Amino acid sequence: MTVSRAERVGTYLVLGVFTIFALYPMLSIIFTALRPEVAGRGGIHWENFGRAWSEARFGSYLFSSLIVSVSVVAITVVLSVLAAYAFGTMSFRGRDALFYLLLLGLTVPSEAVVVPLYYDLRDLGLTDTYASLILPQVAQSVAFGAFWMRTYFRSTSRSVVEAARLDGAGHWQTLWRVLVPMGRPALVTLIVLVFMWTWNEFLLARVMITGEALRTAPLGLQFFSGRSDTSVPLLAAASVLVALPVVVVYLFLQRHFIRGMVDGAVKG
Amino acid sequence: MAVGEPRRVGYLYALPALLVYAAFLLFPLLHSGWLSLFKWDGLSLGTFTGFSNYGDMFAEEGALAAFGHVAVLILFFSVVPVCIGLVLATALHRVRVRGLPFFRTVLFLPQVIAMVVVAVAWQRIFAPDGALNFVLGTEGKAWLGDSSTALLAVGIVGTWVQTGLAMVLFLGGIGKVSADLFDAARLDGAGPAGEFRSVILPALRGEIGVALTLTVIAALRTFDLVYMMTPLGGPGGSTTVPAYEIYQRAFHTGQVGSAAAIGVVITVLAFLVTYVITRVTGRERG
Repeated sequence: MTVSRAERVGTYLVLGVFTIFALYPMLSIIFTALRPEVAGRGGIHWENFGRAWSEARFGSYLFSSLIVSVSVVAITVVLSVLAAYAFGTMSFRGRDALFYLLLLGLTVPSEAVVVPLYYDLRDLGLTDTYASLILPQVAQSVAFGAFWMRTYFRSTSRSVVEAARLDGAGHWQTLWRVLVPMGRPALVTLIVLVFMWTWNEFLLARVMITGEALRTAPLGLQFFSGRSDTSVPLLAAASVLVALPVVVVYLFLQRHFIRGMVDGAVKG
Repeated sequence: MAVGEPRRVGYLYALPALLVYAAFLLFPLLHSGWLSLFKWDGLSLGTFTGFSNYGDMFAEEGALAAFGHVAVLILFFSVVPVCIGLVLATALHRVRVRGLPFFRTVLFLPQVIAMVVVAVAWQRIFAPDGALNFVLGTEGKAWLGDSSTALLAVGIVGTWVQTGLAMVLFLGGIGKVSADLFDAARLDGAGPAGEFRSVILPALRGEIGVALTLTVIAALRTFDLVYMMTPLGGPGGSTTVPAYEIYQRAFHTGQVGSAAAIGVVITVLAFLVTYVITRVTGRERG
């Protein structure tokens, strides 16, 4: 294709402008995190991260987030794989109706269910526990997970399943020994998306967690940012700590991540 | 629908997911509908008032304003990013850009960062001593503290978050268009604008649908950003949004029924948006 030199330069220029637009806020928060707390003192101040970790308790917040995220991812993946296997490869009465019922969960915004969830879980004595963060998040993620994995199971060749059967594998073995190992790309996408959604979730944590002990990282950042004695470099360092795990996972697996968001993310 | 093997054991496989889903999503959704029919402060006994919570929404300024603000946010979260995304994708298609994977990765990055962090970063930019005042040469203006600019500022952040998503979607879609279509359009004498209208726009219908659905729903659900950047719903309530009203009413002002009603309304809106956009753009579902 032949395009003029001017158009070529113009395209790079526009692309450059949007790249700067995308990067500037993130870079500026990293630079702020490395600034001295007292203006005028020069140098790069890595110790801001250490202070955010220990003094501002971000070590504890990140730990809570890790527990919640790992649990949600593990439970969601197992439940989604099981359900998607049934919906994608077996036929039973009411299968389609049940599947569409599950699919409904993709369009239900969590904002709409958080109020009754709070009162229901409070009655069960579950507010301010990890369970109150994990179970509702699994319920939302499993709708996407079953939808996502079902697409994979339906795309796997029937001959693979039949070959496994001829080798004497039952449905349970066929699933875990043959289909799940083959479906690793689809699973990786599911894992990173659910991890990101759970890690970044704010409203659920804001409503369910009242004490300091179980605060997740986004919640910790909100309380920290609202304190009057918070220094700007320390707040920036804390922000970087909150964002970092997801960004690192994203940079390593960005192909899967983007494909997952783009192909399957009916969920916002 | 693929026909699978008839197996009753399918119920057992689907059961655990369905149970969690029913208990922690479906039941709360129904419960939300039920609560929306009551005046209840969350503590004492509620009184059944039928649909009056819904009626009040139209009569009451606070709720109406919140829905008005969300309409503005949809412009910034959805319409603007989709337009920018289309222009960029068109430009990038005509010129074979080197390093496209790098640009794609960077432009998509805002999507993955927690909104609370996004809020902290942009609060600095909008601050009186922040970068925006420096660039515009306006001195000491508090963009988030002024009721005439606070919502606009939140909207710009939305554009920042969503533009990369739209662009990455469109780039993917445009990559699938066969070169013959472009050649044919060019033989007919189509310039960049004609090419855009006759080839790119029709080819990207599905992707435009996905981008609109995702971004409109994200705008409808906005909470973290507003809550962090403009506490208490912004100066003079200028940035209240439905999700903020839900939180505030249910947990601070003791209007649980009215909060539940707003929740039901945004669920219905999200459902309608998905349905209408899917219909119009003819998006296939897996």
